Amino acid sequence: MNRGVEQVSTVPIPQAAGRGPAGSGRAARWRRARAAARCAGALLAGGFIALAAIPVLVLGLAALVLSPLGDLGLPFLAVMTGLVRPLARAERRRVRMVTGAPVSEAYRPLRGSLTSRVRTLLSDVGTWRDLGWLLLQIVAGGVGLAFLAAAVVGPLFVAVVPFDFLRGAGDGKVLDLLPLGAFFTAVGWVGCRPVAKALAALSAQSLAADDAAVLRVEMAHLAETRDETVDARAAELRRIERDLHDGAQARLVSLTMSLGMAEEEFDRDPGAARQLVTEARASARTALNELRHLVRGIHPPVLTERGLGGAVEALALASAVPVEVDVALDERLPAPLESALYFVIAEAMANIGRHSGATWAFVRLWEENGKLRLMVHDDGCGGADPARGSGLRGIGSRLAAFDGKLTLSSPAGGPTELFAELPCRP
Amino acid sequence: MTSVVVVEDLLLLRDGLIRLLSTNGLDVAAAVDTGPAFLEAIDAHRPDVGLVDVRLPPTFTDEGLRTAIEARRRHPGFPVLILSQYVEQLYARELLSDGAGGVGYLLKDRVGDVRQFVDAVQRVAGGGTAMDPEVISQILARGAARRSPLAELTPRERDVLALMAEGRANAAIARRLTVTTKAVSKHIARIFDKLGLEPSDDDHRRVLAVLAYLNSNG
Repeated sequence: MNRGVEQVSTVPIPQAAGRGPAGSGRAARWRRARAAARCAGALLAGGFIALAAIPVLVLGLAALVLSPLGDLGLPFLAVMTGLVRPLARAERRRVRMVTGAPVSEAYRPLRGSLTSRVRTLLSDVGTWRDLGWLLLQIVAGGVGLAFLAAAVVGPLFVAVVPFDFLRGAGDGKVLDLLPLGAFFTAVGWVGCRPVAKALAALSAQSLAADDAAVLRVEMAHLAETRDETVDARAAELRRIERDLHDGAQARLVSLTMSLGMAEEEFDRDPGAARQLVTEARASARTALNELRHLVRGIHPPVLTERGLGGAVEALALASAVPVEVDVALDERLPAPLESALYFVIAEAMANIGRHSGATWAFVRLWEENGKLRLMVHDDGCGGADPARGSGLRGIGSRLAAFDGKLTLSSPAGGPTELFAELPCRP
Repeated sequence: MTSVVVVEDLLLLRDGLIRLLSTNGLDVAAAVDTGPAFLEAIDAHRPDVGLVDVRLPPTFTDEGLRTAIEARRRHPGFPVLILSQYVEQLYARELLSDGAGGVGYLLKDRVGDVRQFVDAVQRVAGGGTAMDPEVISQILARGAARRSPLAELTPRERDVLALMAEGRANAAIARRLTVTTKAVSKHIARIFDKLGLEPSDDDHRRVLAVLAYLNSNG
């Protein structure tokens, strides 16, 4: 699901420059060299992004020039924005590499017809913020490249002098390069790190979405998952209504008819009456079966009676594949969450039974740092794909309603591992 | 006359059960609607069997099942027949876990087949078992899928095993499958051989052995 918000990674970001005290010895020298190389890399990448930004800016200017001519500017604008966002995304990643801090991102989701997409684009603050950044990046990237060039060219200027003398053609003119070379080297090597950091900070400043924009995107996401939940609920009610109408209700009607006819027949033909009563009982039995099936689909009785632990235990007992269950919860979860998790686990176990060819599986549910974690693992053949199975999609949308995240690892050849994480108290 | 205590909170079903049992030669000593009242009624009336609904007030969860297990803890071997709108293997396993006979677990709809239902009540009162065919078929289906020794049984042997696990005696199985009791005995001997179970002449003990086997290896 496209949340439109840069996920805050908890993975430690490599620091651009060694923060610790500059020690001596080979290790320290190695660390400094690596930090310098990383700074140089960051400046180079910034330069490339700046270079790529130039044609994009040209497109933008074209759009500006053409906009008085009516709709002609719009395609240019659309193409430009399409190119700016990936660039901005690359820059965000670069900045995070340098400063270690993520840069927030917030764009309004684009959907619907082309015109409505363009309208969303134009009214999105993010679009215009990116344009401002584009201008800045062209300048800042250039500055970065200049420092990088100084760091490379300076030592070359210095190195050229002894070569010149060795050739014997030394007329002393190259000596003039010496101070210039020394100056470039000093500026380039000393300035590399602070400049890389300063430029990154500047980029972060101009790229970062303000809190309001981030909240707006978050809100749009919430509205979207709520709509999905409401739709799913409505569809489920319709299914239940249809099942009742065509199933149990119809059976009860036929049962009433059989009994009514039996009533008529009792005096005339007791044998026929008995036959009708038998039919009525068969109808009643089928109706009860259907109702039982339906109730299980709405809310399994064992879940009411035993909570999630007992209900999952019951699922495991009925499973064709032996399943180990470890539900470690201190207290019962809120009913809606309990029910959602039950159906998620039931679906996962049904998938294992149907597709995996597994000989063993386990289900583990536990609480950690205020989050509920669910892991379903099997030793089957793998290759599960959420894009193809409606079951996995259903699992995803059930979890999304509780702000849960689903991760699936299922390489061909197995094993398959489904991992979900969601807040304990929605 | 076999005396019964009925525990059912829904008036409609309680009255129906009382009528059905008393018109079929059973004595309904008491009909109550909660677990504690059931335990009191056992002490007061010393019935032959308790007929218990799984879901009872005040929690409307598995109060009935817990009460039944409690009753058997207080009076070891006290026969109980659990009735429920649905059957769950988990519960069957808990009911059978004390290894004693006199246990029944049936879907409420089975009441519709009056003769068989009354027969099941009598059987449980006499220390036998009455497991719902649905419980047994679930266990057998799982066993077949898991490639346990159950998968090696012939279809006829599976039929015999299912009926035996429901708690029926040889004669009843023979009637049901329209074969001779001798044929049934032969089938049972082969089943016990394939599953590696100790043969026994006692019907009840044999059924319990089969159920224990199904619960652990199915």
